Amino acid sequence: MDTKKYVIKQISIFSENRPGRLASIAHALGEEKVNILAFSIAEANGFGVVRALVDHPEKAFEKLSSLGFNVAFTDVIAVQMKDKPGGLYEIAKVLGDAGVNIEYSYAYSGKDAAVLILRVDQVDDAIDKILKSGATLIERSVFH
Amino acid sequence: MRCWDPRMEEMPKEDLQKMQYKLLKNLVYRLYSFSPFYHERMKNEKVHPDDIRVLSDVKKLPFMFKRDLRDNYPDKIFTATQDDLVRYHVSSGTTGKPTVVGYTQNDLDLWTESLARALTSIGLGRGDVIQVSYGYGLFTGGLGMHYGAERIGATVLPTSVGNTERQIELMQDLGATAIACTPSYLLHIGEVAAKMGVDIKKDTKLRAGILGAEPWTDGMRTRIQNWLGIKAYDIYGTSELSGPMYTECTEQKGFHIWSDIALAEIIDPKTGEQLEPGEKGELTVTMLQKEALPMIRFRIGDITVIDDEQCPCGRTHPRIQRIQGRVDDMLIIRGINVFPSQVEYALMAIPEVGQHFQIIVERKGALDDMLVRVELNRESFSDKITDLMQTQQKVEHRLRNSLNVNVDVELVEPGSLPRFEGKSKKVIDKRSL
Repeated sequence: MDTKKYVIKQISIFSENRPGRLASIAHALGEEKVNILAFSIAEANGFGVVRALVDHPEKAFEKLSSLGFNVAFTDVIAVQMKDKPGGLYEIAKVLGDAGVNIEYSYAYSGKDAAVLILRVDQVDDAIDKILKSGATLIERSVFH
Repeated sequence: MRCWDPRMEEMPKEDLQKMQYKLLKNLVYRLYSFSPFYHERMKNEKVHPDDIRVLSDVKKLPFMFKRDLRDNYPDKIFTATQDDLVRYHVSSGTTGKPTVVGYTQNDLDLWTESLARALTSIGLGRGDVIQVSYGYGLFTGGLGMHYGAERIGATVLPTSVGNTERQIELMQDLGATAIACTPSYLLHIGEVAAKMGVDIKKDTKLRAGILGAEPWTDGMRTRIQNWLGIKAYDIYGTSELSGPMYTECTEQKGFHIWSDIALAEIIDPKTGEQLEPGEKGELTVTMLQKEALPMIRFRIGDITVIDDEQCPCGRTHPRIQRIQGRVDDMLIIRGINVFPSQVEYALMAIPEVGQHFQIIVERKGALDDMLVRVELNRESFSDKITDLMQTQQKVEHRLRNSLNVNVDVELVEPGSLPRFEGKSKKVIDKRSL
């Protein structure tokens, strides 16, 4: 099975935990006309990681790198959830039953449905299990 | 007892200087004959033992530096064989390699003698209980003070560092009359005691603090004395010279440097010229009787002034004033010497971070807090927080191992730290003493 079309390129940016860092990142992306489709911040002791799904990941990577940011691509997948009580449970149960571990995740609720973005330890396995369960994975082409 | 060795401590200055000359002459002959290291040094400087005709000829002799010990790690310039050594102490070097000092029995005896005189000069002796809260081990503070205190017949309470509540309990229960520790640790003890409901002034017998191993000021002395109701005495020494050796007397105006043990000079750190008493410069010491590791004109790097006026206490030996600074960028963190070059050296062996760094030192409460900011390398960036935290902890662990002091590490963005030519600007010291 071709799992590639479901693997989405997320950009991750290392950021010191101080005022103005997110603004610089957002400003840079705005200048390049890169649209942010989903995004989250994880924080630790003194630093954080900004993670984003954007429509032009390569452009974002180049721009942010040129400004000195520490940027990396990370493979994630996006699952469509029912935007109603129990929606998250259905997806989480599929992964749990399959023994796929979620390293981190964030979600957004769009016009048509809610979307769960996942970073998992075994991407191919997760894609396979999710598709077999009947849930919908969003293809990479939807984002970029 | 007023003096431990009155004949020596109150000897007329001329006699002291005669004795110093004889000791120096012997030392130089011995080293020229038996130490390849020092023989070569003297040859390079075109100076022969016969050129030492008066005491002031000491200025013809070449200097020694901390780097000489590092370059000859661990014991290449020792002038005693291991059979004759009875102890080692080890202190941190400037670039990863530590400095090893070996001692013969005579070396230890003289060190102990020096402290016996010093402790007596601040009024301690039989009947006193001296709590030694300097670290015991490779560091010279604990063991050095321990033997000095035993020599004068005081009772030693060897608490070493840490476990502050227990230190305070023992201080009360065993009636400690003096404590030897860093001034910041004593302040910390005062704060912890207050939290425990113990008033050092009223609830203990403490009357003297023998405080050193880090820089402090007369302002801090006043604060400690008023707050804790004790006399606070400064103590001085470095491992290369043996360890803590000299204290102020009850006059509290500088450390008496025992002339039969050490010949102290003040030099201009730039030109190496000897300066007059009263002029400020770099302290340079020749240890006149050391056997295992002789130190000739050793440039300690501390800035001070020699006071050769007769002390009202009656002792004729010159005094050096409180240390006023350093000629290099050495930091003292919780009593431990830290060179920024050690940080650089440790970071070079960690591929996840860059070589640029910034050290920020603050005093949190009474104790020093050291933060090292390092840049995370692009290749090592993982988008998983746990990976980044592991990197952070790895750097903390490595720095702690090589510096012997607790360090917090902050990972920062690559390229974000200021790039400086001068080393010293890598350090932001926010402590006000």
